[in-house]
Amino acid sequence: MSGREKILNRAVKEIKDGMCVNLGIGMPTLIADRIPEEFDVMLQSENGLLGIGSYPKESEVDADLINAGKETVTAKRNASYFDSAESFSMIRGGHIDLAILGGMEVSETGDLANWMIPGKMVKGMGGAMDLVQGAKRIVVIMDHRNKYGESKVKKSCELPLTGEGVVHVLITDMAVFEFTEKGMELVELQEGVTLEELKEATTASFIVRESVK
Amino acid sequence: MSKIITSLDEVLEQVQDGASIAVGGFGLCGIPEKLIIALQEKGTKELTVYSNNCGVDDWGLGLLLQNKQIKKMVASYVGENKTFEKQFLSGELEVELVPQGTLAERLRAGGAGIPGFYTATGVGTEVAKGKEHKEFDGKTYILERGIVADFAFVKAWKADPFGNLVFRKTARNFNPTVATAGKITIVEVEELVGAGELDADEIHTPGVYVQHVYEGKAYEKRIERLTTRKEA
Repeated sequence: MSGREKILNRAVKEIKDGMCVNLGIGMPTLIADRIPEEFDVMLQSENGLLGIGSYPKESEVDADLINAGKETVTAKRNASYFDSAESFSMIRGGHIDLAILGGMEVSETGDLANWMIPGKMVKGMGGAMDLVQGAKRIVVIMDHRNKYGESKVKKSCELPLTGEGVVHVLITDMAVFEFTEKGMELVELQEGVTLEELKEATTASFIVRESVK
Repeated sequence: MSKIITSLDEVLEQVQDGASIAVGGFGLCGIPEKLIIALQEKGTKELTVYSNNCGVDDWGLGLLLQNKQIKKMVASYVGENKTFEKQFLSGELEVELVPQGTLAERLRAGGAGIPGFYTATGVGTEVAKGKEHKEFDGKTYILERGIVADFAFVKAWKADPFGNLVFRKTARNFNPTVATAGKITIVEVEELVGAGELDADEIHTPGVYVQHVYEGKAYEKRIERLTTRKEA
């Protein structure tokens, strides 16, 4: 199984029946297809839709119906449309149960950096800073290391932050961590990864849950 | 005095160089395409524009960029535009990046007569730099200012002669919020209906916010990312 598959398969388990969930643009969007069909989950799109459906058939395409990634979508049963201020009242007011976002770096104190790389063209944070402060639970999914093999799970983030101490769960291709009062805690190793390999690949300090030892 | 206008040129006469404009739309969805084109033709310069995005190179607000009409852009995400990148890197274009929810709330606040508000969004990030911090119930918040623009450019689906507006699906996005935040709000619609034809219960934006209504023809409604599934 590829690293990406491992991440997505584990991430979908964070979604429980009945939740209202915001999936970030990019890799998190791919989680939608893995949500069990029998679950009654409402996916929120911050441009003003609660209840994202599947992509449209060619004959159903509607320029007035897109998701936050600007892709054409459909609306599912029980869906609602609203304006941007209402959308972010939902997000900032703590009414969204879960947000799953991509990451560039996560620190051992749960800081997240995922919106800009200094020296590169800045595209903007979109709704990410609102989501990390507002949604009840923040799950970050990302590769454990960058293309140079360096740890993206760090003592402290080097890139500009999206939010400070906002991450609840970090899922990488190597492991799953939770952030609690005790600090950053390893709760699962991905299949085929040993604790030694993980420690080698991680610059952040973390504690190891009893069940993983 | 009727709010209905049959040409955008005469109302755009009011838009002078240096004006600020709040513009509805998300990506290319629900953008006031006729107003943008008319303003491009008029050539008004030194504009400050509040909008979630800045169009693409050859459509939407990208047209005003190409024409070098925008001095300052206030937006949450501007990633789809090469002209933008060029003008930003060369220093021609001033940019203020604002978290999307903060932008929406700043417009909502401005339209509601609220000069500022506290939010947790952006605390501990570059967005918080230079802003007042205040603690409420043990949590830190920053002060953000409401936005009132000289003009609001809005795209709605339907309007009646009073300027009551109905939006369609996710083309609603920033439009109702922007409509409240303009000193002069100009709305373009796909369909102008007669007085009394909109049910009072279905109106998204009451006409009190609207000064001018224009019925546009042949909307292009470009799609940025066409994604489909196979026909069964």
